[in-house]
This record gives sequence, C-alpha cells and structure tokens, in this order.
Amino acid sequence: MSLRKLTLFELKDKFTKGEVSAAEIVKAYFQRITVVESKVKAYITPAKKDALLKEADDLDYKLRGWRKIAPLMAMPIAVKDNICTEGVKTTCGSRMLENFVPSYDATVVSRLREQGYFLIGKTNLDEFAMGSSTENSAFGPTRNPWNLACIPGGSSGGSAAAVAADLCAAALGSDTGGSIRQPAACCGVVGLKPTYGRVSRYGLVAFASSLDQIGPITKDVRDAALMLQLIAGHDPLDSTSADVPVPDYQKALKFTMRGMKVGVPLEFFAEGLDPEVELAVRTAIIKMQELKAEIREISLPMTTYAVATYYLIATAEASSNLARYDGVKYGYRAAKEKGLLETYMKTRQEGFGPEVKRRIMLGTYALSAGYYDAYYGKAQSVRTLIKRDFDEAFKDVDMIVTPTMPTPAFKLGEKVQDPLQMYLSDIYTISVNLAGVPAIVLPCGFSSGKLPIGLQIIGRPFEEEKIIRAAYAYEQATDWHKKRPTL
Amino acid sequence: MAYEVVIGLEVHAQLLTASKMFCGCGTAFGAAPNTQTCPVCLGMPGVLPVINRKAVEFAVRTGLALHCTIAPMNRFARKHYFYPDLPKNYQVSQYELPICEHGWLEIGQNGTSKRVRIRRAHLEEDAGKNLHAGIAGASHVDLNRAGTPLLEIVTEPDMGSPDEAVAYLKTLRDILVSQKVCDGNMEEGSFRCEPNLSLRPAGSKELGTKVELKNINSFKFVKAAMEYEIKRQTKVLDEGGKVVQETRLWDTEKGETAVMRSKEEAHDYRYFPDPDLVPLRITEEMIAEARKSLQELPEAKHKRFVSEFGLTEQTAAVLTANPVVADYFVASVTAVCTSGASKTDVSRDIANWITVDLPGLAKDFWTHIPAGEIGELSALKRKGEISGPIVKAVLEERLKTGKSVAEIIKAKGLVQVSDEGALEKIIDEVMAKNPQQVAQYKSGKEAVFGFFVGQVMKASGGKANPAKVNELLKRKLTQ
Amino acid sequence: MEIRKEQVEHVAKLARLEVSEDEKTTFARQLSGILTHIDQLKELDTAGVEPTATVLPTDNVFRDDEVRPSLSQEQALANAPDQADGFFRVPKILEDR
Repeated sequence: MSLRKLTLFELKDKFTKGEVSAAEIVKAYFQRITVVESKVKAYITPAKKDALLKEADDLDYKLRGWRKIAPLMAMPIAVKDNICTEGVKTTCGSRMLENFVPSYDATVVSRLREQGYFLIGKTNLDEFAMGSSTENSAFGPTRNPWNLACIPGGSSGGSAAAVAADLCAAALGSDTGGSIRQPAACCGVVGLKPTYGRVSRYGLVAFASSLDQIGPITKDVRDAALMLQLIAGHDPLDSTSADVPVPDYQKALKFTMRGMKVGVPLEFFAEGLDPEVELAVRTAIIKMQELKAEIREISLPMTTYAVATYYLIATAEASSNLARYDGVKYGYRAAKEKGLLETYMKTRQEGFGPEVKRRIMLGTYALSAGYYDAYYGKAQSVRTLIKRDFDEAFKDVDMIVTPTMPTPAFKLGEKVQDPLQMYLSDIYTISVNLAGVPAIVLPCGFSSGKLPIGLQIIGRPFEEEKIIRAAYAYEQATDWHKKRPTL
Repeated sequence: MAYEVVIGLEVHAQLLTASKMFCGCGTAFGAAPNTQTCPVCLGMPGVLPVINRKAVEFAVRTGLALHCTIAPMNRFARKHYFYPDLPKNYQVSQYELPICEHGWLEIGQNGTSKRVRIRRAHLEEDAGKNLHAGIAGASHVDLNRAGTPLLEIVTEPDMGSPDEAVAYLKTLRDILVSQKVCDGNMEEGSFRCEPNLSLRPAGSKELGTKVELKNINSFKFVKAAMEYEIKRQTKVLDEGGKVVQETRLWDTEKGETAVMRSKEEAHDYRYFPDPDLVPLRITEEMIAEARKSLQELPEAKHKRFVSEFGLTEQTAAVLTANPVVADYFVASVTAVCTSGASKTDVSRDIANWITVDLPGLAKDFWTHIPAGEIGELSALKRKGEISGPIVKAVLEERLKTGKSVAEIIKAKGLVQVSDEGALEKIIDEVMAKNPQQVAQYKSGKEAVFGFFVGQVMKASGGKANPAKVNELLKRKLTQ
Repeated sequence: MEIRKEQVEHVAKLARLEVSEDEKTTFARQLSGILTHIDQLKELDTAGVEPTATVLPTDNVFRDDEVRPSLSQEQALANAPDQADGFFRVPKILEDR
C-alpha cells in the first residue's frame, strides 16, 4: 500500500518501527502533491520541498544513533492558513495578509512542533474563515476531490480536501459555525470541533472569538482522537482556554455503543433536508441501534433561530476583530493616498473581499448606536436560549445525532450570488458553536452523485471522549472511511 | 451677567505595574521607539490578552482609598475607533461595569474643606504615541506605551472654580502616589487630565452646556486652559449666543483652546463585551487583601508625623510628600528605636538629615544608604560617640566611598572627644589665645560664651562632645 | 428591515470601508435580505433572559506582573508596509482621534 494512503496512526506506526524513513514519507507526499495539487488546489503555501527533504534527512540521520520517537515525528500535517506559523506566511486567504509572516507560532502549532511534525503546507480557506465553500479565498477556490466541479465545503476546505486527496496525513482546521465539520462532510473525512475552551485559540486569527475553535480533520476517528490529544489542554496565553484535564482519548475507542443514549432532534429533519442525506443519516442511526445505543427522539426548538443569532454575533465580533487590518503595522496598504482616513478606507476596500466586507458591514451595523439592543443584545439573549435547549436535551441523552449539511456539496458558483442561501447551509452546524459544545463529523454514505454525506454527533461540554467512542464504533461497523476519491 | 462655573474632571492615571495590562512587555518611560512591544500589544493577528493581576489589585486599592464601592462583577469591553496609535483599532476598557463607583475625596482650600464625588474609576489600556512634529508629509507611530494599564477616574461636576479643580487634581495625585499605584508624573504623561466645564446663571439649578478640554500636560496649564475657557464661554453667553457642546484642544503656545470635534461628529464607539477575556470577579478576599495593602492617605500621614514623631508641620509635609522618603524616615527611626531610644528623641535629627543634608548630597539617597545605617548614625550620636557637625561629613563620605558608617568614623578618627583631660587642654589653649574675651565674660558679658564653644569645637575639628564642652567651659571660665 | 443607501454609507464610514456606488446598492439589497431573516428573532420574548457573551463558566484568569522579553525593533516593524527611524510611518495625521 502506498504511504500516502495510510492513516496518520498507521504511518506513525511504520515510522516508529523503522519500516519507513522520514525522507521516504516526504518524497511520497511531494510526489502526490506534484500529481494532484494542481487539480485540487488545497494549499496556499505548500512546504518547500528541498527544505523539508533536508529536515527529513537530518532527522533520519539523527535517529540512526538515537531512537527516541516523538508521536508526530516526520508526520506530514497541513495547517489551515489562519493559524499562525512562525516564519511561514499566514495569509488567511486574504489580500490583506498576502505577505504576512508571523514572528510567533499558534499554541497548537508549537505543540505539534514539539511532537516533531512536518508542516507540509498551509491550506486554503474562505477569506478569514468566512464562508461555507472556500470560494471566498483571495487565491482562488479549492475543489472537492470527489468531484472537481463541486465545492469542498468551507471554510476549512483546503484542509478537508488535502486529507481526502492524500495530500497530507492529517490537518488542522478551525470551526466558527461549521468550518471543520461542513467541509469534512463534503470531502468524506472526519472533522472534530472540540468544546469551546478545549483547545487554545492563541495564534488562530480571530473571526468570532466567542465561537472559534481549532480542531483536527483526519482520515479516520482514531487519527482525530490522536490529534485532539496532542493539541488539547489549558494554555496560559488564552484566557478562554479551560483548565480541565484532558483524558486519554485512545481509551475511548471501543466497538460498541452499549449504554449510550442518543438523541435525534426533530428539528434537524425538517423541511429543506435533502432526502438522500436524510436516508443516509437515518440509516446510520439504525446502525447505532444495532451497536446497542439507545435512541430517543428529542427537541431543540430554538434551532430555527440559530442562523439569525449566529450571523449577528459572529459578524459583530468579526467587525471588531478585523478592525486591526488598517495597513499601519502589517499587511496590505493602498497606494499613496492623501490622508490617513483615505488610506484606511482604500486599504480596507482593496484588501478585503466581498464576503468579508459584507460581514463587517452587518456586524458594524448590529453594534452601532441605536441598534445594539435590537440586534447584538437580542442575539446574546437568544444564544442563552439556544444553550438552554442543549442543556435540557443533555439531561436525557449523552449525545445528539444529526445531519451535517442539508445537501451534499454543491457546485462551485451555485450560491455565490445569494449570501443568505449560503448562510442557511450552515443550519445544522451553527447552534453547536453558539452552545459551545463539541461535535464530530464522519462519513455515513454517498449521494447518487457520488458525493460524501456526513453524520454529526454532538456531545456535552468537555465530553469529546463519548462522541469519539460513538463515532469510532459506528465507523468500525461501516466501510465509508475506507472509500477514497480517484484523482 | 454673573455666572457660576461648573467643572468635572477625567483623569487618566498610568498604573505602576512592571508589565503591561495584557502582555509581558515592560512599561518604562523613554525607551527607543517600538522596543517595548510584542505581538499582543502590537495587535498582531491571532494573539490574545491576559489580565495583569497587579493592575486589578491597584485599581481596587485606589477605589478603597477614594471611598468607592468595588463592583463584584466586571467585564472588559471593546471601545472602537480608528487611530494609528491604537493597534487593534479598539481599546480594551470597561463600560457598563466599572470596577469602582460612587466614591469621594476631600479637598482642603483656604482653611475650609469640600467633598468632590467620584462617579467612577475603570481599568483600560493606554494607546501608543503619534508623532507629527518635524516630519514632512507623514506621521510616526511608537507603540511602546500601547497597552500600559490606566485607571480612568471621573468626578461628578462638583468643582466651582479652576482653583478647586487644581486642588482636586493635586489631592488626587497625592493619594495615587501615596498608594504607590501611580508616579503622578504629568510631564511624562503618567497622570493626565481632561476637564469639562460649563457655565450657568448664578443661582440656577440646571447645568449649562459643557465643553471638554484636552491636551493639557501640567497643573499650570490646567488652570490657564480653564480660565481661558471661562472667559470664552462668558463672552459667548453675554453676547446672547449659545455654548456648543464640543471637545476643544488647549494650545500651550497660543494660550487658547480651539475646537477639535463637535457633538455631531461624536464617535460611535460600538462597545461590546470583549470575548477574549472572561469576567473579572472581585471577591471579598481580594478586597480584604487590598485593604491590607492600602497605604495611609497623605493627610493622615502628615498628622501622624506631627503627633507621633514630634515634627513641625513643615518638616512633616516635606517628609510625607514622597512616600518612599516617608517610609525611609520611619525605617531609620525604627532602627534606632530598637536600641531603646524614644521616637521623639531621635526624630528631629533624622528628619533633618533626610530633608536637609541628604537631598543636597544625592537626589536618590535612599537607594544608596540603607535606612538601618541612618539609624546606626543616630544611635552613635545619642551615645555621644559622634557629634552633630560630623554627621554630614560622614554621610558625604558614605555616598562617595560606599564604606559603612562605622568604618568611616573609625578610619577618619571622627569619634567624638569626650575625654575631660583632652578637652580641658583644648579649652586652656583657647582661653590663653583670647584673654580679652575671657575678661569680658568675667565682667558679666555672658554672650561671649557662645564664642568660646565655637572656638573649642573648631579647634577639635568638630569632634568635641558639645555637652562636655559646655560643662567644662562653664567651670573654667568661672574659676 | 430595509437598509437604505445612506445607512450603508454611514456604516461603511464607521467601519472604514470605502464602498463604490455599485457596492452601496448591492450591500443595501443583501443586508436588507439578511436582516429580514434576522427579524424573526423579534418574535421571541427574551425579557429577563441573561445575555450570553461567552459559554465558559470560568472567571478571573490572570497573569503575574512579570516583564517578559519584547520583540526587537526590527522584529516589531518586520511586516510594516512603511517605516522610518524605528517608527511605523503613516500618512500625515490630520484628523483627531
């Protein structure tokens, strides 16, 4: 079996046993990149081949006399390009940061670095992670490896496509309203959005600070558990990272769901859900029953209001977070203008793409004098109600199973002109961020158009263990994760 | 028409923390541009703030010193406006829930006192600095100051004249300095004030339209700016006009204020809770801790120095003006008192050295000579081992060489001469040299006694024990 | 909720975004559409419901008052579009904050 097809766990195992060298791994992946990257366009900044090969050679040489293997040594891992990497361009898919080179690593990146990972590339995304299709990148769209005419989902479309197309062994994404889970579903891979506070946000370029969370995108559930293990935990640099112990997630990998109560929310199977998606998800729920899970119907009545609430809170925070891009300290600056005000206005007009501007406008409006109470303030109160919905549901069940997206991946360009329709495609993922709870997405079938369909399992805060266990049990009882696109 | 002046004040006090409000950069004044910055205070993408515990402690301590209510629940909010010295284009501040509210302080003036109410005091981060002068076609930005913790202290409109306003500012500054939370340096910008001022017909209950004044960097100019503004507004009203609500800038060179921004152009700051910071809860324990760390207020300390140490009002005032000096004084006195002296016995001498001799020798003498050595010096003097006039020479030598007080006295042979035989010999010599004065004394002109003391002290190189000299002289002259 | 062109202009100025005539029209239409969807929140009674600013149950996260190394001047200015004599250089500031 060729190296690139191995899961992270398998590759790590081979490397640890000395069956494969770091140089061989790097060569295999670069060969794959040469062949398919031009079709998929998962990367904004791929690693420099010569530099990485040298790093690999040095490692191989060093390991000859000293076999101490860190968990991710020589593992080619891709990082979404809104996560800061010291000395490596971090563009956020924006003209604004086209040449921005951070002098610091995100905490997740320094943790991966400590574990010996190889940064195989910085992946494409919707500009500043704002979008559901990766079409909003200033550097062109990424394609879905299953069907190059379709979107890979977004905003972590580059990371999901890179994993699906074997362009990396695993990847990091970020999720504000579904940006890990929705592309994972579109590309038929596993995506995990941890509990808000589980993983440090330090060095993740902020979109909406109260919703953003970094998480893994991987080839299977075991890999997701491994990656989460390595990036989770308290960080003194992030006041919103929780000081909660991180359990051993590998111990959660069991083949049964015995004793687990699974909720199925009525509202997630209502109008607008594609019948093929519904069938795949319902079939998955039956499979869970076979795995001895107890299935219960539940209600999350506030679901209807999630998109509206999200688009007020996320855009308000974004309008604030993106105020710093003014062409003074770093980033793009418009060519010589008369005064400061003109420079600000031109810089931001030329540096940001249309979707980012739209969201800055909406968020600024929602916070502006006279509208705060009606919009931002109202949304914060509704957020409380949405969170209560989940609190109530979790009194009865251990987890909630839902579709991830109303439809399989749509065609490129299909929704570009209609932002509201685009926003509504996040309807099943958004409330998870508003409630701050964890969720994992994994493949549960294919549409008649041969596009993957994703199953979402939502857990209680800081109970990633349980959803990993359920996802693993389901995955091992099915074959979906073994399917790979032909490119 | 006669008008009544109504003044309120906003003060921005930089807190004396070692590091910034939300990051570990230093806060020292005067570093080379952009050398005290890091990704956090530069507002780089992706970085996050973490609250400096000390800044919170200082805010609570100040709140207690100003008799404020301390808010149990606090949230930081973002205040948005675009300006190059504000790296994130929002300032992390407090809006709905300031940490301190409803306090007061007492100002004394011409023998009467008045209470000025404090509306609120809240924590926020300072901006950097924009520089314009002498730069063609551009401005420069230095972000060293960005992120320094500030306490913004806002009064109710309780002051009725520029003099009262200045008295308030001085009292507030003394309190902040005494609490060791701010160095009070107006020139370096660590204590900045923005008055707002309005006029109303004398006797009227309603407030007039207020004008905010900015860009003032000394007590002198605060007064001048307010006086100018009173004249300007009086003229406007006398001519039947209306004062416009606006912000005006003080121009030091012209001695005038000029419009900076009208109310119509007022900002829409779009405050909202900062999602990067979790709520700040001030617990009972934190307040108790702050109460313990609360330093004596200047007024009370002054009174205590007079009663406890038997000092004059004036000496007490000099000692308490700088809390470091006051502490140094107390430590010196305590050091000698452990060897059995009473406070009032030694205080006058020590106060004298600290307020007169030492400042003349070194500006920051307290960093060079440990208070314990001052105590030692005082103890030696009490025991009669050294004389008063010698002390200054010892201190000078101490600063110059760094040798201990004991070493200097020994090495220089400065030990006081109390031996009767030796002193009698000197006295005899002095009397022999001055027969005329001896005759005068004997004929009843006792004023020349002082002359003899002086001559004997001089002949002994200042080492003679003055008490012994007095005693022996009296005996010899009346023989 | 209808958003007029003048409101687009006002909000764009607040956000320091230059917008073309075309963008004004497009934004007015798109924002109106989104805000109409958002208006469904009005049907919810949220009287007495505490707002959620963050889902974390924690409070009082502090750091000690310790000085850490700063960046060098060169590092601080490394990404600056324009700089001079150790400063960030910007067009002459004519307006006040």
